[in-house]
Amino acid sequence: MSVEDGKSNQQEMLSVTIAGIKMKTPVMTASGTFGFGLEYKDFVDLNKIGAVVVKGTTLLPRSGNKGRRIAETPAGMLNSIGLENPGVDEFLATILPRLGEYDVPIIVNISGNTVEEYGELAARLNVAGVAGVELNISCPNVKEGGIAFGTNCASASSVVRQVKNNTNLPVIVKLSPNVTDIVAMAQAVEEAGADAISLINTLLGMSIDIHKWRPVLGNVVGGLSGPAVKPIAVRMVWQVAQAVQVPIIGMGGIVTAEDAIEFMLAGASAVAVGTANFINPCAVQSVADGIKDYVRQSGLSHVKELVGKVNI
Amino acid sequence: MPKMVVDGRIVSNTEISVNVKELVLYAPEIAAQAVPGQFLHVRVANSYHPLLRRPLSISSADNIAGTVRTIYRVVGQGTACLAALSSKDSVNCMGPLGNGFAIHGQRPLLVGGGMGLAPLMFLAGALCPRPIEIVMGGRTKEEMFWKDMFHVMCNTIHVTTDDGTLGSRGVTLDVLPDLLKNGAFDMIYTCGPRVMMEGIVKLAKEYDIPCQVSLEDYMACGIGGCLSCTCAGNDGSRKKVCTEGPVFWAQEVMP
Ligand SMILES: Cc1cc2nc3c(=O)[nH]c(=O)nc-3n(C[C@H](O)[C@H](O)[C@H](O)COP(=O)(O)OP(=O)(O)OC[C@H]3O[C@@H](n4cnc5c(N)ncnc54)[C@H](O)[C@@H]3O)c2cc1C
Ligand SMILES: Cc1cc2nc3c(=O)[nH]c(=O)nc-3n(C[C@H](O)[C@H](O)[C@H](O)COP(=O)(O)O)c2cc1C
Repeated sequence: MSVEDGKSNQQEMLSVTIAGIKMKTPVMTASGTFGFGLEYKDFVDLNKIGAVVVKGTTLLPRSGNKGRRIAETPAGMLNSIGLENPGVDEFLATILPRLGEYDVPIIVNISGNTVEEYGELAARLNVAGVAGVELNISCPNVKEGGIAFGTNCASASSVVRQVKNNTNLPVIVKLSPNVTDIVAMAQAVEEAGADAISLINTLLGMSIDIHKWRPVLGNVVGGLSGPAVKPIAVRMVWQVAQAVQVPIIGMGGIVTAEDAIEFMLAGASAVAVGTANFINPCAVQSVADGIKDYVRQSGLSHVKELVGKVNI
Repeated sequence: MPKMVVDGRIVSNTEISVNVKELVLYAPEIAAQAVPGQFLHVRVANSYHPLLRRPLSISSADNIAGTVRTIYRVVGQGTACLAALSSKDSVNCMGPLGNGFAIHGQRPLLVGGGMGLAPLMFLAGALCPRPIEIVMGGRTKEEMFWKDMFHVMCNTIHVTTDDGTLGSRGVTLDVLPDLLKNGAFDMIYTCGPRVMMEGIVKLAKEYDIPCQVSLEDYMACGIGGCLSCTCAGNDGSRKKVCTEGPVFWAQEVMP
């Protein structure tokens, strides 16, 4: 088999289309863990990965939270970055053009304080070079007393509808795991028009310094990610997969190809690598390579044949 | 310069003082590129606990031998894992990361406190043959193993210890006013505890001497992707300690 054949074979085996976004592999980057992609260019060939999901972007620049922002926990970490980002205008003016040099779908993760802000962000991002938007609905809804959009079906739905009305791009909705009924949330956003669902965002956690009797994080609480959350994430993907038709992007603790395959068997059509990028800067690529080997060794012809195939 | 991730073979990992070890790694690709002030981001164990890498300054790089050296204090789980490794092992590390010191001026003054002396070692080597004066501070005599290490590279060494067991009793800041009054320094480099560096920057401003500081913060990726380690810049922007630092001009980030 020639090198060319090998290449096209890989493309055929791993390529997927999620919400109309064509990807060379089913392995994307999780928002906030891969910067804007450019930070990783010495370690990963951006032209070969599934998609880059950029850092959470807001209407205005944000300087993020004060004090210590990360804490290591057993097999995981807490973060309270506080959505530090340069704002959507700066993203469009200086970062997006640089990303245009790469042949990889760019998905912009967005956060708002109000339903209207989500709509405005989606409208401004409705430009060439952006392949889709991912709504981070774990943010507090300022007008509704600060309860996160993502913990209330009605406000989550209104965010999705507002965004759909303001863009032609595929809309991915990223669910928060900090809810009592993840299936109800997933059904609500699907009903409102979500083209795909990402799950999970981080789990709310806390660490205390027992020598100082103070919280470790400046923000007191933060989001838990990394291998520690994987079983919860796999369970949520599996539950949601039973209840919705739209494709699911699974994430939460994926470090190896084996982790990713678990998510796919649970029902994820694609996966995202987050915290693992901090441990192994080449993780997105090595997870994809491992999936390819697994598909081949399992005698399958395409990665799609894994999706939702767990036998109960 | 491209950043790299390599499995470095451990040449030696020896105790040089109580709870302080010197790690020499064979990592020729990193050694060839490293400049003073840059750091390694070290995967101390092949496990999920500890999960994150540990940032450690490069204390010297030997391009001919292909080695890089770090000097680290065992303070917690991660550094204890590293301390347990021996010359049969290899350790995965990213590097060289961050922005190094600017080689500037002819009469440099170095001021280091505690493990902050680690990056200044590499710097002192690069400043040769300029005459180097250094002020080094620590808690007690055992911590001042640095004195012998800097000896060959520096013309004048001032030592301070909190308990007065070596050099003058007190902190580095105590000896600085006299030095600045009498010296003809045209550049100051400092690395150490935040309060120390703030005091030095204030004095540097007073005497109108350019000054660089090397900052430390909690970091995850080490390459600007996670925004764990950003600090407030004086121009209103956020600065990433891992990529825009750890070395900054004082006026960029210090009060
Ligand atoms: C750019 C840079 C260069 C450094 N160079 C050196 C050096 O040359 N020699 C040396 O002894 N130490 C150095 N440090 C500090 C060193 O990284 C910490 O002492 C080490 O990470 C502690 O890990 P631990 O697991 O043993 O401790 P723990 O306290 O158990 O660590 C828990 C977590 O906090 C982080 N952490 C703890 N202390 C620090 C700190 N002071 N700065 C940043 N993160 C910290 C750890 O990385 C880990 O994620 C440097 C730090 C930075 C940011
Ligand atoms: C440092 C850090 C920053 C993050 N920032 C964002 C963000 O801006 N927007 C978002 O939707 N999710 C953010 N996340 C959540 C991740 O995208 C991902 O959903 C979560 O970490 C679970 O995956 P993991 O265990 O592989 O990291 C962040 C996570 C981390 C660790």
